[in-house]
Amino acid sequence: MSHKVVVPIGPYHPLQEEPEYFRLYVEGEKVVDIDIVIGYMHRGIEELSEHKHFDQIPFLVERICGICSTSHPFAYVNAVEDLIKITIPERALYIRTIIAEMERIHSHLLWLGLAGHFIGYNTVWMWSWRYREPVLDMFEMITGNRNHYAMMKVGGVRRDIKDEDVPILKKTLDDLVPAVDMFKGAVMDDPVIKARLKGIGILTKQQAIDWAVVGPTARASGINIDVRKDDPYGAYDKVSWNVIVEEDGDIFAKTKVRILEMYESIRIIRECLDKMPKGPIDFDVKDIPPGEGIGRVEAPRGECFHYVKSDGTNRPIRHKIRAPSYMNVASNKIAAVGGTISDATITLAAVDPCYCCTERLTVLDKHSNKNIMNGWDLIRLSQEKTEKLRNSIK
Amino acid sequence: MRTLFNYLIFPGFLFSACVGLIACWIDRKVTARIQWRVGPPWYQNFVDIVKLLGKETIVPAGAKITFLLSPVLGLLSTILVATILGVTVRLPLESFIGDLIVVLYLLIIPAISIIIGAFSSRNPLASIGASREMKLVLGYELPFILAITVIIIKSAGSIQIGSILNHQINFGSNLASFSGMLAFLVAIICMQAKLGFAPFDMSESEQEIMGGVFIEYSGLPLAIFKLTKAILLYTMPLLLIILFWAKNLTILASIGKYIAILVIIILIKNTNPRLRIDQAIRFFWGPVTSLAIIAIALALFGL
Repeated sequence: MSHKVVVPIGPYHPLQEEPEYFRLYVEGEKVVDIDIVIGYMHRGIEELSEHKHFDQIPFLVERICGICSTSHPFAYVNAVEDLIKITIPERALYIRTIIAEMERIHSHLLWLGLAGHFIGYNTVWMWSWRYREPVLDMFEMITGNRNHYAMMKVGGVRRDIKDEDVPILKKTLDDLVPAVDMFKGAVMDDPVIKARLKGIGILTKQQAIDWAVVGPTARASGINIDVRKDDPYGAYDKVSWNVIVEEDGDIFAKTKVRILEMYESIRIIRECLDKMPKGPIDFDVKDIPPGEGIGRVEAPRGECFHYVKSDGTNRPIRHKIRAPSYMNVASNKIAAVGGTISDATITLAAVDPCYCCTERLTVLDKHSNKNIMNGWDLIRLSQEKTEKLRNSIK
Repeated sequence: MRTLFNYLIFPGFLFSACVGLIACWIDRKVTARIQWRVGPPWYQNFVDIVKLLGKETIVPAGAKITFLLSPVLGLLSTILVATILGVTVRLPLESFIGDLIVVLYLLIIPAISIIIGAFSSRNPLASIGASREMKLVLGYELPFILAITVIIIKSAGSIQIGSILNHQINFGSNLASFSGMLAFLVAIICMQAKLGFAPFDMSESEQEIMGGVFIEYSGLPLAIFKLTKAILLYTMPLLLIILFWAKNLTILASIGKYIAILVIIILIKNTNPRLRIDQAIRFFWGPVTSLAIIAIALALFGL
């Protein structure tokens, strides 16, 4: 006799700190079905950005996500520069690439730690976050901030990398390599980790294509996609590096891809620091012509896409964002079903989900399935609620 | 009167609880240092217990009376184990014949009380945790008892802890022999599971089932469970020392041996991720049980 029980993961759960809700239907320990419910923290970023002028938007989109906080502004400035059709100074391209790759290192280290935490291996968690600290220190040295760097601007970057900082950066990178070596050894050779991760949460190549996953999730399933190679931006076509592809599609492969990508990132940063030409770091953009542009960036989690449409004023009339987790989270429906509850937790986390990038909101009529509220209605609704709260306090 | 003193003060409840909580602090502190953290001050666990005592006890709707009784059951039996072991160390021939069997029984009761309490809380996550705990008990009890059998064989068939102790004082520690070493290894692994530490902490895994068996507990019952676990952290290594490593039991040597075993526990805990329950059972019934059987065979040949 089968007896289905719902095991809730979320909206508030010690597994992942963001609000999300996975409804696992289990028989005993086996997961037979899964519902994915997101939408607990919609913030209306696209709508907000249509009320700001072009130079303010990088600071806004930076706050979509605390981890990919350079990928979003990077994709946005790429979109606007595509719209204006300008070429920006070479040095700015290199600086952008360095920042983006540093972000990849810190994001992958963060994920590695969390993955350790999710399988109950807290030592890996603490150690990998410890080795993430020097990367954040590098950020602080270059940009003045540990997390929201505020480096991107339309036409260039806001801060230069000082020549006297370069040796220190290189030294930090040199110190990082043994740490990554250690994690590689600890993960690849540990029999218990292998037992927990190998053959779990498999996403085959065909399934990965069908569910349109991006980034490391796709590359672990044997799909060779990477925006940095396929549609080079920044200085990625000026340095040499490899796309890491693994064939297995299980969580072990995803872990492997992320660890090996850290080596590539270190390589890219080193080469950029060497090759970086002297010169100006930004191009003074006077006004934005009417038109539309797209920008694509390989964020640590996959392809991040921004579309900007301008009518010649100082604000975009449409700004559309597609974050990588939006594509990846849905593939859990394939990967997590069939495993046990213990496998499900790490499988859900293996796509490196970032829910605050992903939230969408529509209000539908229950019967006709038609969209009954637009952005302005929602704003009015929110204002009415604020007014009500304000009155109730009095 | 003396029995009551033994049970409640020394070496029973008060003493074993204090030692257990200090041992928990050592565990937390060493874990913190391994993980590049600072760690709590030495009195942290005492403060935690006192704080829990002051919190409201929430009983879920529809929970049976066993929900509140099972923590008490677990605590009482662990105190009894601590008392029996503590008295035996001081006066080896004071206790009765067959007390080893009684101790083995009493050591299963905390796990059973956790299972009963979790099932009577009517929470699905607690049920999953309880069923994991049940499978785990089935997994580790067999090799654990086999490992103890090695000791019984080596001490000429005695099932009295006191005479096992005397046998070792006269003829040397059981650990010194090859079969004793194998059995000790098996017993350490089983102890890790009995204490509910990684890699065998799947019954309360916080990331999967949010504390599992303890999810509905709060206030006093939770404090009692924490205390039970702390006392177990004192009694389990003590039992292993008495059975395997009892040649020299002066106070200083005992403390040294206890800390050595504690360090082994903490190291295993911090260098392993959590196993899945099916992997854990396969591990216990496969390699660990085979190891225990080899140890018995060696012991029968007198190695």
